[in-house]
Parts: sequence; structure tokens; C-alpha cells
Amino acid sequence: MTTQIHSGLLHREPPIFELSSPGRTGHALPPSEALDAEDLPQAFLRRQAPLLPELSEVEVVRHFVRLSQWNHCIEAGMYPLGSCTMKYNPKINDAMSALAGFTAVHPLQEDEHLQGSLELLFQLEGLLCRVSGFHSVTLQPSAGANGEFTGLALIKKAIDVRGEGARRRKVLIPDTAHGTNPASVVLNGFEPVPIVTGPEGVLLPDAVRPHLNDELAAIMVTNPNTLGIFESHLKEIAGLVHGAGGYVYMDGANFNAIMGKVRPADLGVDTMHFNLHKTFSTPHGGGGPGAGPVGCTAELAPYLPVPRVLRTNEGRYRLITEQPNTIGRVHPFFGNFAILVRAFTYMLENGGAGLSRVTEMAVLNANYVRSLLKDTLAVSVDVDTLHEVVFTDRDLKKETHVSTMDVAKRLLDFGFHPPTVYFPLIVPGAFMVEPTETESRVELENFVETVKAIVQEARTDPDKVTSAPHRTGVGRLDETTAARKRILRWTPAQP
Amino acid sequence: MSEYPNNLRYSRTHEWFDPETNRMGISSFAVGHLGDVVEVDLSVDEGDVVDAGDEVGTIESVKTASPIYAPISGKIVAFNEDLADAPELVNDAPYTDGWILEIEPTGADDTSDLLDATLYSDHCASEE
Repeated sequence: MTTQIHSGLLHREPPIFELSSPGRTGHALPPSEALDAEDLPQAFLRRQAPLLPELSEVEVVRHFVRLSQWNHCIEAGMYPLGSCTMKYNPKINDAMSALAGFTAVHPLQEDEHLQGSLELLFQLEGLLCRVSGFHSVTLQPSAGANGEFTGLALIKKAIDVRGEGARRRKVLIPDTAHGTNPASVVLNGFEPVPIVTGPEGVLLPDAVRPHLNDELAAIMVTNPNTLGIFESHLKEIAGLVHGAGGYVYMDGANFNAIMGKVRPADLGVDTMHFNLHKTFSTPHGGGGPGAGPVGCTAELAPYLPVPRVLRTNEGRYRLITEQPNTIGRVHPFFGNFAILVRAFTYMLENGGAGLSRVTEMAVLNANYVRSLLKDTLAVSVDVDTLHEVVFTDRDLKKETHVSTMDVAKRLLDFGFHPPTVYFPLIVPGAFMVEPTETESRVELENFVETVKAIVQEARTDPDKVTSAPHRTGVGRLDETTAARKRILRWTPAQP
Repeated sequence: MSEYPNNLRYSRTHEWFDPETNRMGISSFAVGHLGDVVEVDLSVDEGDVVDAGDEVGTIESVKTASPIYAPISGKIVAFNEDLADAPELVNDAPYTDGWILEIEPTGADDTSDLLDATLYSDHCASEE
């Protein structure tokens, strides 16, 4: 048995295999009366029992609870991860998605027995159409990247239907884009073409003009972009792209910064995905599954995935799979339904005016952090931003040799999750803060004071910063060795 | 960081080529920006013929992954097998033990598009 040394209530915890004792179990099962191993085909019998850890129930529970306590979550403290939008998930979302009427249904039940669930899907599509200005929405995609894939598949289909599939293959992607954008482009048989962001941090029409020809399939724009800046020329750029016969895809990752203020369809966007976890407070990462609904114009609507939910003249809801030009399914059944219930709850709880207010608070919070911190850390572009603000370690590194990564690690010692670091790629040593509407003014000021203290510490005691974190369950990892000598699986010590 | 060996020729995408040994690798400028290299993943085999500017693989560091381009046109005749177990050679000795490929040039004057150490140094300064 390993001797464990705990530090107060922060438990040291070995891998679960090392806690194993031969013969220990969580539950005693009676001998099976159903089958004998002899009755099974010999070829399928394993010769050795699998190497599983043997523990009691309480040992398993404690193991995972202890590990979870090494972690940080939005319910424990601020989580200003830029571009990811780690906003708090209200408990009423979970309460609604746990209603028996939603949890006890089966996707293969008759439409007539699923009327409540289908009505929710229909109404959620309608609400997403209202906030975006689109003609139709599919709720099927299971994440933002799946949504990107779906939206580009709609564009691909439209181009194929026009008979231009062989020629129109280029998709323009600004250098501030999420890495998933070019991947979605390639998966749809298109070719990504990078274009450069202007000095003010936005895309300029001149960057697009050289590409306006009959090979142009689409442009893919994140708005506001990953610098947190509104793409103020998007409408003009969309006009240019449409004039050349191309389509406009908007990466809706940052829709939470314009929700209730700007409708993407009004800017000339043809299709966009929503990240329900970023904008509409559904669980984010780890806890998955996610949802990345896609909205589109009337022109692209015939290509949306099936099944579609339709409302009949009698006010009943039906699932329709007969759509001759559909791109097909992008997810089994109707998407991740329980997530959709949560987003629907959030939208109803806030209402239209409330959703606009969410946007205002998110933008105000980011600009408050920017104004308080911009004399401490250099900003990437000194303009007003929307929901997030990107700092750079350019000056700090020159003065002290302390980098963005060091400041990020040191924040852990003060109970803050670090912001997003080293993204977007066009900003050296990017330090990207997105406080979201969740945080109070007091909490924002706590964060700002902590960053200021760390920057001051970088001057007076740099070793303390470059060796951080010091107060976490696990100290600084040797990321280089971990990446060079990968140990992906626990193996038992040789007896 | 600011000194680049005079006997080498450099591409604008930060590869070096040695006309004496026909070896290529990536410059110390590129290494400085990549940080600790964890993997060099080549997409070409011995015997393959490449054009200058063709992607021949990717180099992955703890921060990012970057394409490697052929600095000249020619035939791949060898690759540095030591990098599989010791990618850190690219960090420790980018111009010697950290070489990546040996390319036999197809044309005699194939290095004319490449920069000498002085011009390359200016090029790096403009990108800094």
C-alpha cells in the first residue's frame, strides 16, 4: 500500500491501479445462472482476466472526488478563457432538462407521442432564427466544428447543384480564424486560402478583392473576430463575395458578443453555426455532449440535414425525412436533445431584452478589464473590443523574461483559471481574457489586481513566477518531456 | 540568434541548405520561434523528387506545428534518423546534428533563389 501524504485537505492521489488490492470489489454479485463459459464459442473467450483495478465503492468514489478537487471549474471561480466563453450554467437549465417528459422519451417513438419534445425543437429553431435573422436552423450538429462542417456542406451542395463544383473550390480564411475553419473546409473538398487581417485588427475589402473570381466558393469569417474586434467591413465584403458568385460562412463562436444587437443575416451572411455552450449557457467541454446548430438563408435551406421538424396546419409536429436535396444526416436522430432543452430554457429565462443585456454585460466586462490592465500588459490592438481582450507579453518579456505562460501558471496560485494563451496566432505571446457576463465588478477587480501583482512580482521575484504554480495539487509539468516521451497508458511495475 | 552561418543558403520560410553536403534543416530563427521541438514528421521518402517550396513534412513543438518546405528542387537521398528519438537535436544544434533531409539538387544553379546569411538576417529582422 502506498503511503499517502496529504497537504491539509488537498489529497495526494496515485493512479487508481496503484490503489488496487487483489480480491477487493465494490459489489458482490451472485454466481451467474444464465450462462456457462463452456456454452460460448471458444474463439471468443479471453485467456486472461483483464487487468482492472480492484477497489471498494468508497475507494473509487474518493479517488475521483479527490482528483476532481485538483481541478478548477466555473462553479469554483473565474474562468476567463478567451474565445471559449466559460460562462456560468444556471441550475434551472439542468432542472428543465431533467423533467421526466424529456428524459423518458425514446427517439424511435411515434411522432404523435413526442409532441412536447418536437414542439421544443421547433420553437428553439424559431428563436435561433429570430436572433440571427436566418430563414431556417438545424439543431442536429453536435458541436461548433460539426456545425462548421454542416454549414460548408450546405455551400458545397449549393455549388454542386449549380454545376460549378469542379471549379469553385477556394474558401478564404482570415489569419485570425479558429483552427477548425481550415479543417472544415478541407473535409468538404474545398481548398483553404489564408488572407491577412489589416493593421486595425479587422479584415479589409482589399484583402478579398484579388480572390474575386469563378474559383471562389466562400469566405469564412468569425465576427467579432478572435481579437474580439467587430468586423466592420463584413457587409461590404459579403457583397463582393456574392458578386463573384461565392457564399459567406460566419463562424458564430463569438455570437455572444452581438446577440440581440446585430443579426448576421442582415450583414449578408449565408450560413452560420451557433455554439450553444458559448452563447446559451449549456455545459462546456468534458461534460459534453455539445450542440452547434446551423442557421442559413432560404436559398440554402433545402439542403439542411434531415429530419426536419414541421408544424402542420392542425398545430401538430411531424418529423420529415423526404427532402430531395438534403446533405443527409450529420448526427444520429435529432442532435443532443438534453443540451437543446438547456439552451431553450436559457433563452426563455432571459427573454429578448435579457439576451441583449447579456451581450452588453459581456462587452462591458471585457472593456473594463482592458481599461484597468492596459497600462500593465500591452494590448494587441489598442481599440475598443467587444466580449474579449487580447494582451501580449511583448513588453513584459523584453523587460523581465517572464512570459505569458508564466503569468498564466501563476494565476492558478491565486484561484483563477488562466486565460487562453498563445491564441490567436497572429499575436505574439497572446493572453486572451474573456470574463463573460457572469462575473461581478468585484470579481473583475480581484482578477485585475492579481494580474498586476504578478507583473510586479515578475520584476522583483521572477523565479517565483517562472516556477509557478506553487499552491496546486500538481506543480509545473515538464511539457517538453511529456510531449517527447509520451506515456499514454499506465503499465504495472514488473513483479 | 542573430548569427547565421555564412556557408549556408536560406529560404524566406526559414529553411537552410548547405551546398557542400546537400543537407537542409531549419534556421535558428525558426527554432527560436517554435520553442522546444517534440516531433519532426516527414511526408517524403528517400527517392522522392520535390520542387523548391514543396511541403516535405511538419515540425511540431510544444507551442505549435509548422510545415517544412524544400529549399531547393531535387531528389531526397537521406533523412536524419536520429530525430525520431531525439527531436531536441533541432533545438540543440539546428545547423549540424539537427539536419533534417539530404536533397540532391536537380539543377546546378539551384540555390540562386535562396538568401545568403546577410540578406537572411535582414529578412528575419523584418519579421521580428
